[in-house]
Amino acid sequence: MSGEKPAWRVGDELDERTLPPVTRSQLVRYAEASGDHNPIHTSVRAAEEAGLSGVIAHGMLTAAAMGLPFSPYLEHGYVKELKVRFSGMVYLGDEISVGGNATGAVETAEGRLYDFEVRARKGEDVVASGTASFVVFE
Amino acid sequence: MHVERFIGQRSEPVVNAVEKEAVRKFAEAIADPNPLYVDEKAARMSRYDGLIAPPTFPRIFDYGEVEGIGSPGQGFIHGEHRIRYERPLFVGEEVRCYAEVKDYYEKEGREGVLGFLISERVGETSEGERIFAMLDTAVLTPGMREKLGL
Repeated sequence: MSGEKPAWRVGDELDERTLPPVTRSQLVRYAEASGDHNPIHTSVRAAEEAGLSGVIAHGMLTAAAMGLPFSPYLEHGYVKELKVRFSGMVYLGDEISVGGNATGAVETAEGRLYDFEVRARKGEDVVASGTASFVVFE
Repeated sequence: MHVERFIGQRSEPVVNAVEKEAVRKFAEAIADPNPLYVDEKAARMSRYDGLIAPPTFPRIFDYGEVEGIGSPGQGFIHGEHRIRYERPLFVGEEVRCYAEVKDYYEKEGREGVLGFLISERVGETSEGERIFAMLDTAVLTPGMREKLGL
């Protein structure tokens, strides 16, 4: 955790993180932890039967990754809103980078509320994009 | 079967506990072992005075079943997800959860008609104060629509 209370200006980039390639054991672990046992995330045969070219990662695992750039600031605030549109598949072995940039800020009763555009990309391909809001307590 | 008739239908609420062990497992699975999620001692010293849950954690709760449709959107392609919090979610608390079918519409796609099922999942305290609400869009491919008889 970083001890600094964050303050973002419009246009500021969140530190982009590149995650390790997606592995089968990671998807099994996420399936168990989340209770999402849709077999297209763990079984090649089920994925192929569903018309996919292989096992895909859970959309919600990508969404969770998009929250990671805010994790260092949790001592000072929390993710108020996360809105994600899934636009591409994440397959085994894919390396995803997550990041975003500040788009605005307003004062609220809880503290200063910062808005961000957030995205997850695989090379140049955006696999998920959306917005996030993070409130920093007074 | 017409999905439209499920719009506005709500599940019977289910009480879920935010379990410490479940949060730890989840935090590890999303590769985010933030001390505020997993380290009770560190969390006690924070402003939260205890452990909190990661933003996407509420997906694991049981929201009950909408009669005739089960857990709405489960098992379909996930198109969009939104979660909005009124406050952080604390480990150890009980959350009353329910699901509601909000909308269903169809759109002509490249490979046939796609169905879009919008469902809301809400978590509140036993006093009925909202903690969070999620809005999910599930996409039904022509094959899935056929299988379900839509």
